[in-house]
Amino acid sequence: MIQFTGVHKWFKQLHVLNDINLRVTPGEVLVVCGPSGSGKSTLIRTINQLEPINEGKLIVDGMDLLDKKTDINKLRAEIGFVFQQFNLYPHLSVLSNITLAPLKIRKTPKKEAEEQAMTLLARVGLAEKRDAYPSQLSGGQQQRVAIARALAMKPKIMLFDEPTSALDPEMIGEVLAVMQDLAGTGITMVVVTHEMGFAREVAHRVAFMDHGVVLEEAKPEEFFRNPQHERAQQFLKQLLSPMH
Amino acid sequence: MLTYQFDWSIVTSGKYFEWLVSGCKVTLQISIVGIVLAFIVGLLIAVMRMSNFRPARWFALAYLEFFRNTPLLVQIFFWYFGSYKILPAAVNDWLNSTNFEFAAAVIALTIYTSAFIAEDIRSGVLSIPKEQMEAARSAGFSFLRSMQYIILPQAVRITVPPLVNQFLNLAKNSSLAMTIGVMELTYQARQVESYTFKGFEAFTAATVVYLALSSIITALVHLYDKRVLNPNRAV
Repeated sequence: MIQFTGVHKWFKQLHVLNDINLRVTPGEVLVVCGPSGSGKSTLIRTINQLEPINEGKLIVDGMDLLDKKTDINKLRAEIGFVFQQFNLYPHLSVLSNITLAPLKIRKTPKKEAEEQAMTLLARVGLAEKRDAYPSQLSGGQQQRVAIARALAMKPKIMLFDEPTSALDPEMIGEVLAVMQDLAGTGITMVVVTHEMGFAREVAHRVAFMDHGVVLEEAKPEEFFRNPQHERAQQFLKQLLSPMH
Repeated sequence: MLTYQFDWSIVTSGKYFEWLVSGCKVTLQISIVGIVLAFIVGLLIAVMRMSNFRPARWFALAYLEFFRNTPLLVQIFFWYFGSYKILPAAVNDWLNSTNFEFAAAVIALTIYTSAFIAEDIRSGVLSIPKEQMEAARSAGFSFLRSMQYIILPQAVRITVPPLVNQFLNLAKNSSLAMTIGVMELTYQARQVESYTFKGFEAFTAATVVYLALSSIITALVHLYDKRVLNPNRAV
C-alpha cells in the first residue's frame, strides 16, 4: 500500500529523512514513534506529499510520487490526513466541514453527502453537533470531527500526525477510542503518536525513528518487551518514567 | 458683508434638480458596476499574485505596481484618449456608437481600485494559518479550489473593513469621470453652477448625495457582514 525505498529528504542542510525503507501493507496499522525532531512527522507528511521527497522511491496506492504524471490531487483524495491541530475550516459548520470535499471533489449529491456525514458524526459520537461551528467545540470534539471529515472521502489510507498531542489529557481517550474503532475496520493506518498504550493495543507494527533514521521495526509486543536499539530503550524508559 | 442670495429651490425642484437626479443615477451606476467588477478582478489578481505559476505571479506583480503607482486621472485619460489611437477604426466606430465615456470610466475605476483590493485580500490571506491550505490540499483540493472554498471565504471575512474603504474610494473617485464627459453627479453640479451661478447650492447638493451614497455602501456591507459573512464572529 505504501512503500518507501531509500527515501531521503533535506531541509536545507538538515538531513530529516535518511534512507527510509518502510512498507505498509493493506489493512495494516503502523505506529511511528520517536523523540521530537526525529523526522516522524516529516515522514508521514511525505506520504500525501505535503512534504515532497528529494531522493529515493515512494509508492502510495500504486502511484509513484516522484512521477510527474501522478495526479497528486487524485491521490490525496484517497488518503485521509488528521492533523495535530485539527485544522477544521472555521467558517463552516461541522456538517459542511464534512460534506465539502465529497460535494466538490467526488460530486456526491447533497442529500447523500449529508446522510453519510450524519452517519460518520454518529460514529464519532457527535451527531448533535452538526450545526455547531468548530470554535464552539472542545479540542477532542474538533479532532473527532476532523476524523469524520477525513473518512467522508472513503479513503483507502488514514494518516494521523500526533492526533492527541494538542489535547487536554481527559480528551485523549475519546479520540483514541475512535481511532481504535477505525483500526478494526481494516483500513490502512499510519499513526505518529506518543500514546504507547494505543501502540500496544492497536498497532500491528511499531517503527521507531531517531535523527531521520528508522532504527527499529517490530511487532508491538516485541518492541515494548525487548527494544533492540539503545535509543529505543532510552526513549521508552523516558516515556514510562519521565521524572528520571 | 455677505451679499450672496441663497436659492435652494434650484436644487430641490425644476430643471436643475432633474439634472442632478440624472447625475446621481449615473454616479450610482458607475459605483455599483465598478464595485462589483473591482472586487472580482481584485480577487483574481490576488490569487494570481499568490500562485506558484510564475507567469501569473509576474503579471499580477506588474499589474499591481503599474496601477497603484500612477494617478487615476492619467489612467482615465489613457483608457479614453489613449486607447482610441491604437484600436482599429471599426472598433472605435463601434465604441463611439455606444456610451464609451461611461465604459472608459468604469474600466479605469475598476482596474485602479482592483489593484488596492487585491493587496487587501492578499494580506487577509496571509493572516490565515497555512495549515488551512494544508488541510484543503490534503483533502484533494487543487490550489485554486482550496483558495475558492477554504482560503478566500475566510480571508474576505477579515478583509471587510479595508474593502469598505476601497468601495468608498471607488464611489468618490467616480467624480473624476466628469473629465471625460461622463454626465455623473459632479458633472451635473458643475453644469448647474454654470447655468445659475449658484455654486454653493449645487455643490452642497452634490456633497450631500456623496455622503449619503458612502453611508449606504458602508451600511450595506456591514449588514451583509453581520447577516451572511460573520454571523458567529467570535469576538
